[in-house]
Amino acid sequence: MSRHEHLERSIPSTSSDPTAEVTVTINGVTLTRQVSTRMLLSDFIRHGLRLTGTHVGCEHGVCGACTIMIDGRAARSCLTFAVQADGAEIRTIESEEKDDGTLSALQQAFQECHGLQCGYCTPGMIMNIRSHFDSGEELDLSDDGIRELISGNLCRCTGYANIVKAVRRAAELTGRA
Amino acid sequence: MSTRKFGAPIKRNIDPRLLTGRGAFTDDINLPGVLHAAFVRSPFARARINGIDTSIAEQAEGVVAVYTCDNIGHLDIELPLLIPHPSMTKARTQRPLARGDVYYVGQTVAMVVAVDRYVAEDAAALVDVDYDPLDVELDLEQAIEDGAPLVHPTHPNNIAADFTQVSGDPEAAFAEAEHVTRIRVQVDRSTAAAMECRTVAARYDATRGELTVWDGTQAPLGVRGGLASIFGMDEDKVRVIAPDVGGGFGQKVMFPYPDELLVPHAAIQLGRPVKYIEDRRENFIGSNQERTQIHEIELFAKKTGEVIALRDNFLHDTGAFIPYGIAVAQVASTSIAGPYRIPNIHVRFRAVYTPTVPVTPYRGCGRPQACFAIERAMDQLAEELGIDRFEIRRRNLIRDEDFPYTREGLLFADGLRVKLDSGQYLKALDMARDAIGWNEFAAMQSRAADEGKSLGLGLAYYVEGTGLGPYEGGHVKIHPITGKVYVNTGLTSQGQGHDTVFAQIVSDQLGVKVEDVIVVEGDTGTFEWGVATFASRAAVVSGNAIHKTAVKVREQTIKAAANMLEADPLQVVLSDGYAEVPGTNRRVSLAAVATATNPLRYAFNSAAQAATQFASASRHDGPPLIDGQHPGLEATDYFSPECATWAYGVHAAIVEVDRETCRVDVKKYICIHDCGNMINPVIVDGQVMGGFAQGIGGALYERIEYDTDGNPTNANFVDFLIPYATEVPAIEISHLETPSPLNPLGVKGVGEAGCIAVGATLASGIEDALRPMGGAKFHKTPITPSMIFEAMAKA
Repeated sequence: MSRHEHLERSIPSTSSDPTAEVTVTINGVTLTRQVSTRMLLSDFIRHGLRLTGTHVGCEHGVCGACTIMIDGRAARSCLTFAVQADGAEIRTIESEEKDDGTLSALQQAFQECHGLQCGYCTPGMIMNIRSHFDSGEELDLSDDGIRELISGNLCRCTGYANIVKAVRRAAELTGRA
Repeated sequence: MSTRKFGAPIKRNIDPRLLTGRGAFTDDINLPGVLHAAFVRSPFARARINGIDTSIAEQAEGVVAVYTCDNIGHLDIELPLLIPHPSMTKARTQRPLARGDVYYVGQTVAMVVAVDRYVAEDAAALVDVDYDPLDVELDLEQAIEDGAPLVHPTHPNNIAADFTQVSGDPEAAFAEAEHVTRIRVQVDRSTAAAMECRTVAARYDATRGELTVWDGTQAPLGVRGGLASIFGMDEDKVRVIAPDVGGGFGQKVMFPYPDELLVPHAAIQLGRPVKYIEDRRENFIGSNQERTQIHEIELFAKKTGEVIALRDNFLHDTGAFIPYGIAVAQVASTSIAGPYRIPNIHVRFRAVYTPTVPVTPYRGCGRPQACFAIERAMDQLAEELGIDRFEIRRRNLIRDEDFPYTREGLLFADGLRVKLDSGQYLKALDMARDAIGWNEFAAMQSRAADEGKSLGLGLAYYVEGTGLGPYEGGHVKIHPITGKVYVNTGLTSQGQGHDTVFAQIVSDQLGVKVEDVIVVEGDTGTFEWGVATFASRAAVVSGNAIHKTAVKVREQTIKAAANMLEADPLQVVLSDGYAEVPGTNRRVSLAAVATATNPLRYAFNSAAQAATQFASASRHDGPPLIDGQHPGLEATDYFSPECATWAYGVHAAIVEVDRETCRVDVKKYICIHDCGNMINPVIVDGQVMGGFAQGIGGALYERIEYDTDGNPTNANFVDFLIPYATEVPAIEISHLETPSPLNPLGVKGVGEAGCIAVGATLASGIEDALRPMGGAKFHKTPITPSMIFEAMAKA
């Protein structure tokens, strides 16, 4: 191809979509950014803030891979616009490990019970479970109860049985069971 | 000596990274200045394109380029036929961007590149394509009739391939039969639906003339070969990296998908990184699928139930194109006799073009269909002859003394003979009967009937040809600085835990901790010989290659360490990262051994001093590196299996069918499973359970729906029903470990095991449950509540 082809193209660096200012507290850090008003919260977290642990599986709110916590409750970041999160407190998988870099009980339990294979659904799964653990609600730790608890998250690798075990194990490790 | 790691339930090395959000999937990789691609896709199943107007899209703000078949130069070709086979005539493959005609809803027609994905997708909607829709026939059996609308005018009756294989002397055996049972069964289309859709990103370094492609693929070496070939580049100038990949299940072994060529093309042409992240709807309409087959199978038996011959004639839906050849149908046709000693087989299939998403392997790859056909036929034969379902199988199973059992005349998907290499088929059947509680079941069933409940017992046996060649390689190196062991192979992982099982294999040879074995795979820049991840082959083929390689490195290490420790090599033991002479204080770290075997000019650390030219151990009487030796502790070796190795198993279930709602409740599900020696039983169970969940999906829920015009009607996760945790029952797994005689580790593959027999097992159970209600038959999956309702009404 021509060595000068690129000279003929003027490639813009960003879109000209309208933007708005958004302030969020994410994993304890408060920050303010200009974001495109139509940007999904999942894209803002992943590409705007480069916290790529939150994954996107369907972008229509069904699979749960993009689950994060907004103001303490599990939420689909693919069904939320970034601008809607203005003023919110957000938690993502990046907040889950302890400050010294060791795994949380929930993460340990997933490893111990082989509760993940490809690891793509795992961050969303863990944030969903985290929201239940932290909510103070009484957990039904029967098999059916745990399956109900994680029934908003699709996993195509594990067949779920080891995730059920991991949830129970994490509850044990943290004195919830 | 540390305890053996092979066979131990070792925790996975990769988990901490994935659990903390440090995984690096394609879309996580930071490529400054990256542009985004979006596709214009055909809205018609079959149409002629009169014209494409890209002018409005090109003028949209933020759009950088719009590509159609007219401006992609050397890419405007029919894509390669990956697996040629003489049964196909003029096999049709698609073009990266449609030229003239489109053949399925979702086919790529144009590609837009823009500053971000939002702008690119908006602009894709501005590309104006003028179509003339054509007639279509979606029904497989109608599509082969004379006069049916043709997908490709080149292929009369839509036949893509017509292939017959014969084992034994079926014609003679047919005549000797005392009873013949015939059954027509169908398995419907599903899709892999990995949680991460397909992805590709590319960057071109014009200074070095090097193209780097990050591709969520199962076949990075294949993609590299395809790119180098189609772009006319040296292979060394193309590096393909499969980073973390969020599940594959076969869909990602096919290449090149159009985006895998067009994204690198745009990156080269535009001088900027470009990426394409498929969305879920595109995954449903643009990425390959599998399953629909209609089998008409006949079993020719003696009155005793002994099956002396089998005839199967089936139609295989290959979608609009056949890029992967007849692989799926061939696996089905060669697995059709299952675990049985049926000496005479006649199996014919026709692969049929339909105006739908192309068909290439999805986990199972023809095995679930073959299992459904033979197992449903076996149940029917049992019923007709008044023989118990376990008993009829017992009378036909290959016996321990029959192994290896070869089906002469049948060639498997690797082009090699079908040789069931080892197993304890009868023992597995007995274990299944005990595990499901067969002795107590009749009483349980009648108690349930008294309470107005319909309980049934389902049963199915399966075989799984695994570990196909042609070969894989292994590279093992002990790092001189850290003493850690680096391992490479050419295939790649999508969650199977290769990094741990390969580390276990190496750990046993070199006496290092499993977590100190660093496995790097899926990067053509790291190891460039091999094939891909498919057909449950990684543990078998790469596993044995790595084992052979580690044995070589062990020999090098012991020899060098013996020299350093002034000991007999037979006295030296490798343990916990050291070479030592037990019972003495003589020991040296593997790092030091690796350093000492590399004659050095410069002492960059204290260990390195011992390898420099004036050190006491250095040679002064000849070349420091003896002719024929290589520096360091390092080896590469390969493993090429003589043929596939056959795993197998038995599934059994107790199901309750709600006669009002027609809901199927799986009360108990057991699996007896044998994949030879298990490297890591926790990972093996994980594979079986994951496959089982996909099997449940295929048995009860998942079906890709098309309307009569060829429009997909459930191309999303709301309408296409993938099981959640609430839909997957518990499964109890027991293992036999019958070693394969075909490889040094005695292993067989496990990747597809779990999914194969679930449809046949549940159909068997549902039929059993409803037998007292008039004998409704279930010859098709998925078995939906409305099918049960209709079958009950008809019975």
